[in-house]
Amino acid sequence: MTDELNRLKAALRAQTPDPDPDAKARAIALAQKSFAARQGSADTARPIADRPENRAGIVTGVKTMFANFGLRPALLATSSLAVVGLGVVLILPMDDLSPGLPLGNLQEAKTKPIESDDAQRLLAEPVVVIEPEMMSQSEVQMEVARPQLSASAPAMEAPVAGLVLPKKTADSLIADKDDREQFANEAPNPLKITTESPVSTFSIDVDTASYAYIRSAIEGGDLPRAEAVRIEEMVNYFPYAYPSPDGDMPFSTSVSVFQTPWNADTKLIHIGIQGEKAAVADRPPLDLVFLIDTSGSMQNANKLPLLKQSFRLLLSRLTPQDKVSIVTYAGSSGVVLEPTAASEQGEILAALDRLEAGGSTAGQAGLQLAYAQAEKMQGDGRIGRVLLATDGDFNVGISEPEALKTYIAAKRDSGTYLSVLGFGRGNYNDALMQALAQNGNGTAAYIDTLSEAQKVLVDQVSGALFPIANDVKIQVEFNPAMIAEYRLIGYETRALAREDFNNDKVDAGDIGAGHTVTAIYEITPVGSPAIMSDALRYATTPAADGSDELGFLKLRYKEPGQSESRLMTTPIADSNSGTNEARFSAAIAGFGQLLQGGKYLGEWSYTDAIDLANTAKGDDTFGYRAEAITLMRLADSLSR
Amino acid sequence: MLMETGDDILVERALAGDADAFTDLVTRHYDLIYRLAFRMLGRQADAEDLTQDLCAALPGKLAGFRGEARFTTWLYRVTTNAALDRIRKRQNRTKAAHGWGELEQMNRATHSAQSDEIKWLHQAMEALSPDLRQTVALVLGEEQTHAQAARALDVSEGTISWRMSEVKKSLRAMAQIEASGQGADT
Repeated sequence: MTDELNRLKAALRAQTPDPDPDAKARAIALAQKSFAARQGSADTARPIADRPENRAGIVTGVKTMFANFGLRPALLATSSLAVVGLGVVLILPMDDLSPGLPLGNLQEAKTKPIESDDAQRLLAEPVVVIEPEMMSQSEVQMEVARPQLSASAPAMEAPVAGLVLPKKTADSLIADKDDREQFANEAPNPLKITTESPVSTFSIDVDTASYAYIRSAIEGGDLPRAEAVRIEEMVNYFPYAYPSPDGDMPFSTSVSVFQTPWNADTKLIHIGIQGEKAAVADRPPLDLVFLIDTSGSMQNANKLPLLKQSFRLLLSRLTPQDKVSIVTYAGSSGVVLEPTAASEQGEILAALDRLEAGGSTAGQAGLQLAYAQAEKMQGDGRIGRVLLATDGDFNVGISEPEALKTYIAAKRDSGTYLSVLGFGRGNYNDALMQALAQNGNGTAAYIDTLSEAQKVLVDQVSGALFPIANDVKIQVEFNPAMIAEYRLIGYETRALAREDFNNDKVDAGDIGAGHTVTAIYEITPVGSPAIMSDALRYATTPAADGSDELGFLKLRYKEPGQSESRLMTTPIADSNSGTNEARFSAAIAGFGQLLQGGKYLGEWSYTDAIDLANTAKGDDTFGYRAEAITLMRLADSLSR
Repeated sequence: MLMETGDDILVERALAGDADAFTDLVTRHYDLIYRLAFRMLGRQADAEDLTQDLCAALPGKLAGFRGEARFTTWLYRVTTNAALDRIRKRQNRTKAAHGWGELEQMNRATHSAQSDEIKWLHQAMEALSPDLRQTVALVLGEEQTHAQAARALDVSEGTISWRMSEVKKSLRAMAQIEASGQGADT
């Protein structure tokens, strides 16, 4: 920085008078009053979710996405290029990212501690990667509502052609309440009393993003925030060797019951689903559209460069029948590569190499363009999929959630799926990624290293890209004569209402070829000392009906392309049958709960989790389990 | 863990109706808002006034914060934009100098190195357009990188860099005038 700027900086910082305590107190009092006044109206006007209460996680995630997206119905008809190209951004030399630390001390004596703390904290951050658009929507909307406080950055005053600014009503302001969480998660599932609610219903989840995120946090020296932990995604991160399906069934279901590692008086019911393993050679040809975020925030080494390497890995596994197209979104949004046979590797790689990060994020236009490319390639027996690679900044435009909901659902129903690959840290918008993938019937995975790319894109390429069963829902009815209490470990964001199980209109997760999905219940048998809630004085004790079944498992799924679901049922018998696979998944479930605070774990510790995982590690061909154990050790030290 | 509750958690709680969380949030960031407001407006009373207004509007504005940005980044934007707006309104209302530059009209009894520096600062800030002041408040006042400031102001990084070079130019021009003025005096 030059002398002039230094002088200005020093003078500016030195000559800023300290805030007057009285003025501060007045302002805070006023703010409190205003806050209280707002609460009154907010409570009554709160809209009812369009899904059952307990799916709020999904709904809020979806809302986040919609809120961030913005598609007007009129725009849906075309892949409007007009909205692309919000501006070209000059990427400055990296030395701008390490601002004049030494200069900050000139007048430190004059500044309040919080000031320097704040500044230091901001400076200490690795490159913060948030796109400029992040707030434009809310801000613009605020301005519509409150002109007297209107902001005036020129870019925001001139709405991009085609994007209409809706007036924010009181309702939608309040609806935003649920929109800002970055991590889509609910509080851990509570304990249920079997006599009160004997039925538990949820959608399967094959996402793994949470595990990779947790790993990245722990390896970076921080325990992840509790809300970043989604246990089912941790458990499902690992491949398990469950029995293969017989005959025509697209997947097998195996149920085992064994003692809970963290509680001698309860048991775990372990449900393992193994998707049929399709030989890669037999799979239908794929039409892949890489929708790549090339916004400025993607330039870090762990983002765009890693993404390019990851896609190279993926390319090596495609067959000549597969087709690839590349669309970018950012300042330079557009089609980078028209549909090209996967055999033209040179051409595809050259297109990948041309990608450069720069500009702002124009996700909406990019997504429309990507779907348009996918439609170009569509043909009989082909499977279309958009692979969205982003660091989570997918925020453009302003608009109506419902329109986009319809849009993505329609694309999904017409056979184009959407998967989301998350890159980088610091800006990762987990809730948004979740919502995107859940709507597109795809998976959301988080890629932080090349080996993770290998796992997500290559080892499981057939699974992630080739669905074998859609809308897979699980419902378990527990036998109150045998089980006093139960709780589902994880799947908080996937809970379904009981009646949704039989409603084929209600969307749920998909299973890809070779996928394994695991769900774990902790159950407390009748008569166990571990029962948490006292028996009711006036309720009748459930009569034993002679059945010694613990419960009844029902599973619904749709064959790809079908709209009617099929039902599978199996009774759950008591046993003590924990395989290594099941016990390893229990160790991971325990690990996740420890990261969440371990409410139900008693004295069970990281050390116990490590021991259990070690004894149940099995073959571990890819080393994923060993890596998990290392993470547990790290988490153990970090938690002390 | 003995750590200060993160802003995003406080925001989340505040949005869920937790008044204490909201109070914490405002108390924690009052100084930041005030500081930015002062650096753009140049007068303590104005800065306090704007800060108070913003605090009162914060419950409503919070609904627009989606947690996609750091809370402070969002706050930078909300505050500097509100200040910008106020400067423009002020300019429309009266052409009379207010805030930065006002010092010239004040009766300066003392003449010291410090008051010289104050005078220089006022001149320097007065010479800057509101946009440049906004940028200065973030880049110099809050030590934001160009990239961070760009995010907070929703402009490109290039714009921030360009603005900072404009600031430099303005300061150099001032130095030249000063130098020639001093030459004339002596």
